[in-house]
Amino acid sequence: MTRINTYKYVECCSDEARDLRWLFMGLLRYVAIRAALIIPTVLILYTLVFIVLRILPGDPVLAVLGTKNIPPEQLEQIRHNLGLDKPYIVQYFEYLWNVLHGDFGTSMIISGRSITVDLLERLPATVELAVAGLLVSLLIGVSTGFLAAVKRDTKVDLGLRVFGAVTYTLFIPWLGLMFQLIFAVWLRWLPASGRIDPDVSLRTITGFYILDSILTGNIDALRSALSHIILPALTLGLVLSGPYTRLVRSNLIKALESNYVFAYHARGVRSSKILLHAFRNALIPVVTYAGLQFALLLGGAVLTETTFDWPGIGTYLVEKVGYRDYPAIQAVVIVFAFFVGVISLIVDLIYALLDPRIRY
Amino acid sequence: MEVLGRTLARILAKIIPLRVSGRGRILVYTGLVIVLAVIFMAIAAPVLTPYDPTRRAGRSFQPPSWEHPFGTNNLGYDMWARIVYGARTILIVVFLAIAISMAIGIPLGLLSGYYGGGIDRALSMVMDAIYAFPSLVLAISLAVALGPSLFNAAIAIAVIYVPTYFRMIRGQVLSVKEELFIEVAKALGIPTFRIIFKHILPHILPTIMVVFSLSAADAVLTEAALSYLGLSVQPPTPDWGYDLYKGKGFVLSGYWWLIFFPGLMITLLAVGFALIGEGLSERVRREQL
Amino acid sequence: MSEPVLVVENLTVYYYTLKGIVRAVEEASLKAYKGDMVALVGESGSGKSTLGYSLLNLVPPPGRVVKGRVIVGGVDILSLRGDELRRARGSLVSMIFQDPFTTLDPVRRVGDQILEVLLEHGVPLEEAKERVVEVVKAVGLSERMAKAYPHQLSGGQRQRISIAAAIALKPRVLVADEPTTALDVIVQKQIMDLLDEIRKTTGMAIILITHDIALAAERASRIAVMYAGRIVEYGPKSKVIENPLHPYTRALLQSVPDISSSEWPKPIPGMPPDLRKPPSGCRFHPRCPLAMKVCREENPGMVEVEPEHYVSCWLYARR
Ligand SMILES: Nc1ncnc2c1ncn2[C@@H]1O[C@H](COP(=O)(O)OP(=O)(O)O)[C@@H](O)[C@H]1O
Ligand code: SF4
Ligand SMILES: [Mg+2]
Repeated sequence: MTRINTYKYVECCSDEARDLRWLFMGLLRYVAIRAALIIPTVLILYTLVFIVLRILPGDPVLAVLGTKNIPPEQLEQIRHNLGLDKPYIVQYFEYLWNVLHGDFGTSMIISGRSITVDLLERLPATVELAVAGLLVSLLIGVSTGFLAAVKRDTKVDLGLRVFGAVTYTLFIPWLGLMFQLIFAVWLRWLPASGRIDPDVSLRTITGFYILDSILTGNIDALRSALSHIILPALTLGLVLSGPYTRLVRSNLIKALESNYVFAYHARGVRSSKILLHAFRNALIPVVTYAGLQFALLLGGAVLTETTFDWPGIGTYLVEKVGYRDYPAIQAVVIVFAFFVGVISLIVDLIYALLDPRIRY
Repeated sequence: MEVLGRTLARILAKIIPLRVSGRGRILVYTGLVIVLAVIFMAIAAPVLTPYDPTRRAGRSFQPPSWEHPFGTNNLGYDMWARIVYGARTILIVVFLAIAISMAIGIPLGLLSGYYGGGIDRALSMVMDAIYAFPSLVLAISLAVALGPSLFNAAIAIAVIYVPTYFRMIRGQVLSVKEELFIEVAKALGIPTFRIIFKHILPHILPTIMVVFSLSAADAVLTEAALSYLGLSVQPPTPDWGYDLYKGKGFVLSGYWWLIFFPGLMITLLAVGFALIGEGLSERVRREQL
Repeated sequence: MSEPVLVVENLTVYYYTLKGIVRAVEEASLKAYKGDMVALVGESGSGKSTLGYSLLNLVPPPGRVVKGRVIVGGVDILSLRGDELRRARGSLVSMIFQDPFTTLDPVRRVGDQILEVLLEHGVPLEEAKERVVEVVKAVGLSERMAKAYPHQLSGGQRQRISIAAAIALKPRVLVADEPTTALDVIVQKQIMDLLDEIRKTTGMAIILITHDIALAAERASRIAVMYAGRIVEYGPKSKVIENPLHPYTRALLQSVPDISSSEWPKPIPGMPPDLRKPPSGCRFHPRCPLAMKVCREENPGMVEVEPEHYVSCWLYARR
């Protein structure tokens, strides 16, 4: 997919024009291919979940309603309303067709409740948390990795590496609850859970509270939203920062040992500037990794949301899990699969901007 | 900390001789100590506590004391008893899950890597799709579909590590396949399955060990997550993740022992497996150089 | 003759590795004058690169200069510290390397890398920009190639960029460590022609590090032959090539294929020694056909056999 193109330097037109043309033409093609590649991923997961939820033994309707004595006619009626009496094949394609039109069906529990509407309502909260968590993990991971590489083979280095390895295996709900105990219950510095104080009124535009409160100039809401996101973002970010520590450390060490760094020294470039150049080279693989990690971030977000009662897709999923609301669970899986595909595409594009060697 | 690790390593090296050197060995032995301690807890549970983990042992919400070292919960159950018996639950689920994913992932990876072609492409695609997906969400939907129980939780967890084993084995087979002795074995007309089991598998055993430990660490966290969400064994069976979830309800009351101990155990066990994996991988890395 | 631009005296460099001390350079002395091209010839592992790094006081750890002096343009390089040393690199003495691909930063435009050298030595921006254009043209590239990234250039073009970055500040000495080894034959000739031209037009002294004595014979004005960390013969090119004194130099010359002669090239028998425990006395004695008892016991000192022509061998020395 991404390939390193070592074409010979041809003098044809101005460099800017050539660069742009390369970037743009190739980019369009690349985006098209990558976008097309998202489809099979989503399809495979949809199929998997469909098989698991619908075809495996166990009647979803019974599972939902429990084993109460419901008259068979009434059961049939419910099945019919949900389309569960049709052949599997028909169900499979019907649902797919609807999803393609943005319709995820209706909830099995609250009849008539559109899942699409629910998801759209919850999505901004999850994205807000995921982005904040990603930023925290990058901040922690990149700075500790940098420090470990510069102080390589010292006590500091060892300490930071152990820190990275241990934080990575922390159980998210535990860390989150301990944070709540310490910072919310004992020290009373921050709120324990939720996304914003209930008595703060905020006019939502995008659904991202932080963004909305800035857009509407609502200082109170901004303060409240920020104070609510600190603990969950710290929890998620801290746990996911370990791999970045390791990656940045090893890449920076590799870069500092490279020939071009030696050549920089030979030409009399300041060490601080050389470190910066090496750092830039070392960060490129980190971007790719951030893309790969996004799936982990989403998984972590589910636990973080549950622990902090954060009203996102994660808590939605867990609520629906409690009720065995199959269509809703199926919808979450599809949305997440789509998410993962899109994010990896975006990351690849950022990668291309950072690394001039990549042309599509 | 380091001194302790080194001393333990020296003692353990006498008992379990491992061909891992230096820093790797300290990691492996520290991890082994933790994991073995938890296994010991699970086996010796009745000896370690006089209480039944599913019966009231005293007043509710007692903080840690000599009588109840980890305190009591809202129902007056002894938390220490729940921890030691809970070790059984998580260990069973984790080992069962890993065994299932190995039993599926390793043969599929061997086949895929050895034969290549259409099977390989199809299998790889499915595995990559699963691998790229948030594994916890997948495990949750599987656990929901199968219904909450110990065995079903193991299956749900197993599915998400199948691609890990598949990819690792497939990659290794692809690289080993190129080597001369396999070519020779083929030329000699040795049956395929014998080549795989006699010549390829032994080569990739160290890597399997590493992946086993690392995926066990991850599986501990996944099991805890499922039971935290009420998707593993059902109450009142003691289970660390579920106890942590129950503790969540009492955060605002400040009953820290209901949260601290179950979570600590989950993290410790995961760290133990991870350390073993890290230590072993030092050796594998060196051998592959 | 005028003052030499480069004086190396009794230079000794060791690598302090975990497996022992590598005596990479021992008691090396040489001189180079304005416009000189001194070829440093020897087998791989004989300490040529290490000597080259010492000229910039840039021996990588665990290496350390143990002894000796390096004077460039009157400045004692080895006594410089911190920012003074950094400024000396690039402006007083500079270096180019074997692999032009890995010695350029892959994610920065090559012009920016040249520009940075100038800015880091205090050249004002406008002037520096003009100078980049000048120097890129001087190495035979078109101005717009400064905008390219390293991967967009061919091996020869990359080496030209490296040279441009190294000579941008007109240093007195340029160390060229196997500058053509990674290139194909035609490009090799072009790069050597370029170095020759730079030497002639700027008067820069070039230390050409190479394992190829034929290349040295063709291009150098002086030749220093290194064996196992020691300079064993040193003198003007014509004298060293036409009248090689040291048995190792002779063997080296005989190992080169010569199209005009009907004789087969003769490889040197034996292996170069492990520099962690070099042979006693003359380091060449295990491989030398003329070795005597004294050779095993004591290292021969440098003697000036004819004017400017030095050799370190018991055949010419007196005890
Ligand atoms: N970084 C280093 N650490 C330890 N030993 C080194 C290092 N660099 C070079 N050496 C040793 O020093 C000796 C001289 O190496 P070098 O200067 O690279 O020789 P040449 O350039 O002639 O091939 C060799 O024996 C080599 O193994
Ligand atoms: S000193 Fe002796 S061993 Fe060394 S080169 Fe001369 S003759 Fe040979
Ligand atoms: Mg060299």
